[in-house]
This record gives sequence, C-alpha cells and structure tokens, in this order.
Amino acid sequence: MSTGLIYACSGALLFGCGVAGTVLLKHLLRRILAFNVMGSGVFLILVGLAQRHGEADPVPQAMVLTGIVVAVAATALAVALLRRLAVPAGTGSSADA
Amino acid sequence: MPEWAAAPAAWLILIPLLWATLAFLFGPRWGGRFALFGITVQSLCAMQLVAALDSGVTQVLPVGGWSAPLGIELHVDGLAALMLLLTQVVALPLMLYTRAWLGAADRAAGYVWPLCGFMLAALHALFLAADLFNVYVALELLGLCAVALVAGDGKPQQLRAALHYLLVSLLAAAAYLLGVALFYAAYGTVSIATLVAVMDAQPPFAVVLAGTLMLVGLMAKTALFPFHFWLPPAHGSAPAPASALLSALVVKASFYVILRLRLTVFAEGDLTLDWLLAGCGGAAILYGSWRAFRCAELKMLIAYSTVAQLGYLFLIFPLLDTRELALAAAALQMVAHALAKAALFAAAGIVLVATGRDSVAALAALAGRLPVTWFAFGLAAVTLMGLPPSGGFLAKWLLIDAAVAGEYWLMVGLIISGGLLGAAYLFRILKRAFAPQASAAVLKPVPRIMEWMAFLLAAASVVIGIEATAIVEILGLVGST
Repeated sequence: MSTGLIYACSGALLFGCGVAGTVLLKHLLRRILAFNVMGSGVFLILVGLAQRHGEADPVPQAMVLTGIVVAVAATALAVALLRRLAVPAGTGSSADA
Repeated sequence: MPEWAAAPAAWLILIPLLWATLAFLFGPRWGGRFALFGITVQSLCAMQLVAALDSGVTQVLPVGGWSAPLGIELHVDGLAALMLLLTQVVALPLMLYTRAWLGAADRAAGYVWPLCGFMLAALHALFLAADLFNVYVALELLGLCAVALVAGDGKPQQLRAALHYLLVSLLAAAAYLLGVALFYAAYGTVSIATLVAVMDAQPPFAVVLAGTLMLVGLMAKTALFPFHFWLPPAHGSAPAPASALLSALVVKASFYVILRLRLTVFAEGDLTLDWLLAGCGGAAILYGSWRAFRCAELKMLIAYSTVAQLGYLFLIFPLLDTRELALAAAALQMVAHALAKAALFAAAGIVLVATGRDSVAALAALAGRLPVTWFAFGLAAVTLMGLPPSGGFLAKWLLIDAAVAGEYWLMVGLIISGGLLGAAYLFRILKRAFAPQASAAVLKPVPRIMEWMAFLLAAASVVIGIEATAIVEILGLVGST
C-alpha cells in the first residue's frame, strides 16, 4: 500500500466520522467541529490520491487551499450564528459584540 | 483591452462582486443605489449574452487569456444564458422591493446589500462554470450568503434555521467535493468538457461512487424530498425579500448543476437512477402540497409549496429521451416558479408589514384594502396551480406531453393531481379575499412600490406562458458539451 493510499484511506475514515458526527450529535458546537473533521478528511483524500505517481500534483493542492479558505469562512459563520443563539439578544451587552 | 474584458460573461461575475464590496464599504444608505445600478448593468450584460448566442454552440471564454487546463474557463450556452437572464429579471424588482421594505419595516439591515451582491456573483459563476471545482466554489459561496440572509434580523428561530441550513449545506458541499476528488483521481481532470470525452461507457467504481456523492450533495442543496427538511424553516423564517430570492433562485442553482451534469458527464444516464429522482420528485409534490395545505403560517405555507414545485423539475429525468420537450418543460418550470414564488413571498412580506402577523388568517384583514397585493397573490397562484395561460400551465403541459409520449400514465396522473393539490392549498389563501369583512384592524401603510413589484413579478409569471417561444428559442438546443 503506497503512502498516498494510506492518506486517502485515513481521509475516508475521517470523512465518515465527520459525517456521522455532523448528523448524529446534538450539541451544535460539536456538530460544527465534526464538520471540520469531515472537511479535513476530504482534503486528505484529495492530496493523498493525487500522489499516486510518487510526485505531488499541484492542482489538488491548490483545490485543498481553496477548500480550507471556504471551510474557515464557513466555520466562522457557524460559530458567529451559534454565539448569537447562545447569548439571547437584549440580555447582555455581549449580544452586540 | 484583452479579449475577455469585452465579454459580458466575465462582467456578469465582476459587477456584482464590485457593487457588493462598495455597498459594504459605503453602508446601507448607498447600498441600495449601488445594487439597483449594478443589476441594471448586469441585465444589459445578460441581454447581450442572449443576443450573441449561437444555437447549440457553447461559447468558451478563457478568463484572463489563460485557457484550460491552466486557466479558468467560462462556458455560455442557451441554458446558462437563460438562467442568467432569469436571475436579473427576478433580482431587479426584488431589489426595488427590498429598498422600500427596509424603509417600511424600519430596519437598519445594511447587511442585505453586500450579501445579495455576493450571492448574485456566486449564482452567475455557477451558471457559467465549466469545471466541477468551480461549481463547488460557487456552491459554497452561494450557501454562505444564503445562510447569512436567512439569519436576517437575528431572531432565535431565524438563527436556528440558519445554523441547520448551514450544516446541511456544508455536508452537501463536502459530499460534492469528495466526488470531485474521486473524479480527479480517476481521470486527472475536473473540466466538464474533457470529462465528457474520456468517460467510459462502463465507468469504474470510483466514478460511480463520485457521481453518487455529488448527486446526494446536490439533492440536499436543492431540498429534494427526502432532503427537504431544512427548507421550510429556513425560507419560512427568513426576512421576506430574502425568502423570495432563496426560493426563486438559490434552490434552482443546484438543480441546474444536476441537470448540467446529467446532460454532459453522465449523458449515458442510468434508468434506475432517473426513475429514483423522478420518484423523489413525485413524493415531494405530494408531501409538500399536503404540508402546505396544513400550514397556519403564511410564509411556511409558501415554503412548503416550494418543496412541492421543485418536485416537478425532477420528473423530467426519465423523459430526457424526448430531449427538447423535457428540457423546455424544466426551463419553463424554473422560470415560471421563480417569478411566481418571488411574487408570493413579496406579497407575504407586504401582509407581514401591514398586519404585523405571519398567518393565513391575517389575510382576511386585507381583503379589499390592498387590491394590488391581492392581484399579485391571485396571478402567482394561477401559475403555481398551472392554469392557462400561465407559464406554470405550459410547463406542466409539456411535462404531460412528454410523459404521454413515453406512456408513463402514473406520471401523468401525478402531474394532474399535483395541480389539484396546489389549487387546494392556494385557495386557502385566495378564499380570504372573499371573506366577510368583519375585521376592522388598522393596517400599517405599505409603500406602493412594494405592492407593484409583487404584482410585476406575478404578472410576468403569467405572461411568460404566452411568450414561451422566446424561452425555448433562448434555450436553443443546449450545448452538447
């Protein structure tokens, strides 16, 4: 089994864990974290499968970079929404922060 | 000036990005003006695109002069141009509506303008995308903007709906991206045109898996039954102009991707899968209509109606043998539903501003007092029920025609009963117009422009049925690559 395939398989495992977590967990913060695990899994698969021929392929790496930017933005939005939900508006000054 | 700078397709992505950024920098007072000016220019660009169409030919635009595989290409064909034009036609009245709505509802919601701009940019990028990865980026940008619009005024139920929508949207996008990764691993490319050339008749397991993952992700984004659960809370609780944009355009975008992939990369098709999609569509029609019939809140009713109406789009997949007929039916259904649903949500927003209540019962107070809004409700309902001469009627007529040609009698029955169910829940709204005027509730004044914009959208959804040949002409024959 090549190194790339090992990466891809662990990526698939992470993806599975992440999907299960995002769907099954109740706590919203945990679900957001599970989504991040899932995203890492996809990135690992992208990079891992592209290394098949021994050399690294730059195209999937560029894709992963884009994917990471998207994941960071999405996580920020999710956490911001969660924060607003956890601190009910009008009860404290932190609601507007 | 490089060649791409003179191309309207590139400007269609640049202009909304530009005015969204300006709207963010200069605040809500200027945001609306930037938006209106920007969308007017976009409309001209979209019209120029349509005028430059060659039937059946896909126009290729290498952005920045870099052609694929190094650079990013934009592809324009009849279907893409039609969707781009539809986006402008829906967005322009809604932006005018939103300006008045912000004034009437006394909100400082300046966030609306930048979000709308970025969302339109994402939509345009999606319609023009020529490779699977660009589709992913556009889908994610679209999802993030849509979620932020749902969060709206920050009421708890809006935040909760937005967060659930975000999680579903991210899960779906991740599944799609995994599919893209597998495609790249199998063929070393994500360009749709190249994939069409290298796809085997018997694709390897990795590619089947990739297709399945992408399809499931896109189905979840389109809110096709049984993945519809996120849509009613999100579209039902979002601010009215946001609901209108989301229901009219955003859910269509992921359907567009499914259709695009089915026509290109998966042109071979799979009969079982096609029928599975049609089955989900049929279930969506029945379930969505039933829930809409049982709804007490007005906007929730309209949101469930979206679930039902999206179902019709998926009925076309087994009918793609009669290619032109099925495609024309899907295009007409997309156009008619986008216009009618934008009108319905806009009208519901007027009810909300006037009465302060979001319930079907509140409509009784309006009877005879906001005639233009009533007319908008009526015309939009005509389209959604599929009564002649509306666009909805023609879409369903073409669907039935294609189903009869294939002798799929069950589908014919489903389409007809779907129309009846639609009439059942829409008459719950309309019958309030004839209710005895017992209610003397005081109505808040509503800006006339809001009423007229709702009316304009509704009227357009009916007129489209008379002018349908124009749509079929734009559609031309969708480019085969």
